[in-house]
Amino acid sequence: MTDLTRLTAAELADRLTSREVSSVEATRAHLDRIAAVEPALHSFLYVNGDEALATARDIDSRRAAGEQLHALAGVPIAIKDIVVTKGMPTTAGSKILEGWIPPYDATITTRIRAAGLPILGKTNMDEFAMGSSTEHSAFGNTHNPWDLDRIPGGSGGGSAAAVAAYEAPLAIGTDTGGSIRQPAAVTGTVGVKPTYGGVSRYGLIALASSLDQAGPVTRTVLDSALLHELIGGHDPRDSTSIDEPLPGLVAAARQGRSGDLTGLRVGVISELTGEGYQPGVRARFAESLEVLRGAGAEIVEVSCPNFKYALGAYYLILPSEASSNLAKFDGMRFGLRVEPSEGNVTAERVMGATRGAGFGDEVKRRIILGTYALSAGYYDAYYGSAQKVRTLIQRDFAAAFAQADVLVSPTAPTTAFKLGEKLDDPLAMYLNDVATIPANLAGIPGLSVPNGLSDDGLPVGFQVLAPAKADDRLYRVGAALEALLEAQWGGPILAKAPELEVAR
Amino acid sequence: MTTNGTREVDLVDYDDAVARYDPVFGIEVHVELGTRTKMFCPSVAVFGEEPNTAVSPVSLGLPGALPVVNGTAVEYAIRIGLALNCSIAETCRFARKNYFYPDVPKNFQTSQFDEPIAYDGWLDVELDDGSVFRVEIERAHMEEDAGKNTHVGGATGRIQGAEYSLIDYNRAGIPLVEVVTRPITGAGERTPEVARAYVQTLRDIFRALDVSEARMERGNVRADVNLSLRATPDSPLGTRTETKNVNSFRSVERAVRYEISRQAAILDAGGTITQETRHWHEDTGITTAGRIKSDSDDYRYFPEPDLAPVSPDRAWVEQIRAALPEMPAARRRRLRATGASLTPRCATSSTRPRSTSSSRPSPRARARGDGRLDDVDRGRVDDVAHLGVSEAPVARSRRRRAAGISGNAARICSTHARSGETGARSGSGK
Amino acid sequence: MSTLSRDEVARVAALARIDLTPAELDRLAGELRVIVDAVASVSEVATPDVPATSHPLPLTNVFRADVPEPSLPVADVLAGAPASMDGKFLVPQILEED
Repeated sequence: MTDLTRLTAAELADRLTSREVSSVEATRAHLDRIAAVEPALHSFLYVNGDEALATARDIDSRRAAGEQLHALAGVPIAIKDIVVTKGMPTTAGSKILEGWIPPYDATITTRIRAAGLPILGKTNMDEFAMGSSTEHSAFGNTHNPWDLDRIPGGSGGGSAAAVAAYEAPLAIGTDTGGSIRQPAAVTGTVGVKPTYGGVSRYGLIALASSLDQAGPVTRTVLDSALLHELIGGHDPRDSTSIDEPLPGLVAAARQGRSGDLTGLRVGVISELTGEGYQPGVRARFAESLEVLRGAGAEIVEVSCPNFKYALGAYYLILPSEASSNLAKFDGMRFGLRVEPSEGNVTAERVMGATRGAGFGDEVKRRIILGTYALSAGYYDAYYGSAQKVRTLIQRDFAAAFAQADVLVSPTAPTTAFKLGEKLDDPLAMYLNDVATIPANLAGIPGLSVPNGLSDDGLPVGFQVLAPAKADDRLYRVGAALEALLEAQWGGPILAKAPELEVAR
Repeated sequence: MTTNGTREVDLVDYDDAVARYDPVFGIEVHVELGTRTKMFCPSVAVFGEEPNTAVSPVSLGLPGALPVVNGTAVEYAIRIGLALNCSIAETCRFARKNYFYPDVPKNFQTSQFDEPIAYDGWLDVELDDGSVFRVEIERAHMEEDAGKNTHVGGATGRIQGAEYSLIDYNRAGIPLVEVVTRPITGAGERTPEVARAYVQTLRDIFRALDVSEARMERGNVRADVNLSLRATPDSPLGTRTETKNVNSFRSVERAVRYEISRQAAILDAGGTITQETRHWHEDTGITTAGRIKSDSDDYRYFPEPDLAPVSPDRAWVEQIRAALPEMPAARRRRLRATGASLTPRCATSSTRPRSTSSSRPSPRARARGDGRLDDVDRGRVDDVAHLGVSEAPVARSRRRRAAGISGNAARICSTHARSGETGARSGSGK
Repeated sequence: MSTLSRDEVARVAALARIDLTPAELDRLAGELRVIVDAVASVSEVATPDVPATSHPLPLTNVFRADVPEPSLPVADVLAGAPASMDGKFLVPQILEED
């Protein structure tokens, strides 16, 4: 019998629909895989075995009864632990929420449950999604399946590692400054940040409200399109969600697979390559441009001069919004409560002690930075200025999209670095996001698709960006590049990853 | 000579104080809107239910929850703004007011900062003697209420572990409109009375607009009173105090009187007024200083990213304006018919509660009719029948009303609302 | 340009209700100074003629009808509470008056 965990989600869905395979078999296979490799990887913070199997059984019997089900019904999925799941622990990677069981579901969770996907569990992440390596999780590191001494990216390293290591065919991530796309790049998987407002944020533990988006984490572009169509679309519970239907994403992915990009104008953002980008990353990028050219695309160079302020603007807007969003974690209503070790036990002091004990370093750093940036006398220079830079970046993109249908860059400047390598230098860590941040600031969608291995044998990602609400373009171009490169490689990139030692 | 409530405080006799100092006051009134659901979530907006039985992830401030604006609350806010002769913003945003307090579930309040939905209005307040004082309204904005704390344990003792608070979030998220006056000058010795009458008039308006039950004793209407003294009307503004816990109309008047006396005593002695929040005690009739909160004035306001801007389209605003009911002041004028002759233009405009007097208070009483009708005028009695008033005066005023004539229409026509300043007119549909 | 002295960091940490050890305070002050200097460049380009963007997508007037939905069950509400009594959240004594 085929190893069910090696199938793509689309392949598995086909076999489930034809009843060649049952959801219980598929779910069990993934739970077994999780048990086998988790000691090495630590992708999961919570494994939802019993409930996942119950969902699988339910789907199998409904399918047997002839019920019409969602295309992905019965395909297991992992969910980043920043998404609220009723009855299942949700920690956002933080001690301050250790043991918290939400009394409600996020909208995307509701949609996943309604479609009948067994939820395998909650994946590891940088605390409150602040980070680029998952090393800031309060519950230990996740390891990159390609090299266990290396980071899987962040903040959604758990979802990316789980998918890369065949623990799940589908996963949900969230992306505020690259937290879906950068882990995808360093693990050889596909990750998409939808247009801001394209996927509901109701039930996403908020980091930066004007930047956060949930999105798919998968091994193929088609799988991402399928998942994106399931979770996306208007939600009346999210005032920032777009009240229009999604464009045809699956159709675009299928169309892209043909490998024909005649007439497509591809803009290369000159500010997002060059210095600071590893030679192997730049080389794979240049080769990918040639592949696109060969497929009929026209490559043009575009300049987005205000991108040099993007990192600065991001590291003002995010901490400011986060400092407000994280104020609710105070030990009063839910989560950790810590009393001061001496002196009066007052609400104020319990708040201070709880947050001092419950938040990790990176979170404290950003909350204090954000509180400072918003405080009286500093607003105009910091937060106020950063919001103006956003306008300039939107204008840069608008001008660039007048010349090109999609914009491209390497997803991340480097391949996966070693665990511990950048922990002492927060600013160096922030530089991992330099290529992904502009899309969040502008609200436009972005996708990362693997485009080869670097000289160090580690995966590299290719980023595609499209205008707001034109997410279909990402899938067309991503699918084309994927198809053409896989033809060159003779198979998917993950086939080149080392086999993990499995626990017995 | 201290401001500590537990020690004796010097007071200057009130009449003496207002003879030598010029009071300037301001009032912030919060009104709980009578919508069915809360401001940002579909939990019922209730009073008196079992604790924590009218909450949602949004009003509890749970991680991941997001607000969605109650459209009816926006309409009510616009009604209030129009009734107060305000301009309605072309576009406005919500803002986060960030501060830590256990009854504020998100540790920020979603409010409006520098973009209120209504601004630059005024309200003519009728005093007991019939004179009218115009209160200028700076703004009216939308925000949400906090939960309710019940303190348990010793008074203000510091016995460790003996005190705690119990919190009910049923009230958290109920829609509020906050109405803020400009600093009000020129009321002189009548300041306490004007302050009280203002809050009463607002309350009457809220009820007439059907936007709130507006019962101060239930906390549907809350007033915070700011007061400062200066030597003369030409002197610069003095330091003001803000007094909270003013829970009735009578308290408003008493608290203002008290603060005037207290501040006068401090100034007489050469002291300075501390800018602070004070607490009114109805039982003892004094204000006491609250804790001095140094950094909590830094609310770190920023535009609420989870909510879209509110841009009430002008047609909608006009619809709301056209549907406004008759305001109590206009109703009083209508019932106080004195039979003056009118031009046709005045006849049609007489049913609208435009300004009925010059814009500054006149100590001279306005002519008025039957004393008992005045009770109806002031909205104290809702049902004329209970007055025992004879049929005639009421019938007379009804007939005049049917003819579109009101006794004071002559004065209405001869004096005008400050035109063009705000572009807002109060209007009734009648 | 950064005014982030150790004292300032302590003040801001108090504003944010986060207790810091002296060692944390020292380390954070140093790290934050570096970060603030790096981000301060945004004010160079943020001239008065550039409008601020607070919402990436131009939505307005997103309203909900005034129609109630059932409350969360009170058991669920209090289940996650660190402490509760008589159906209410129990919190330590609050010193600051409203």
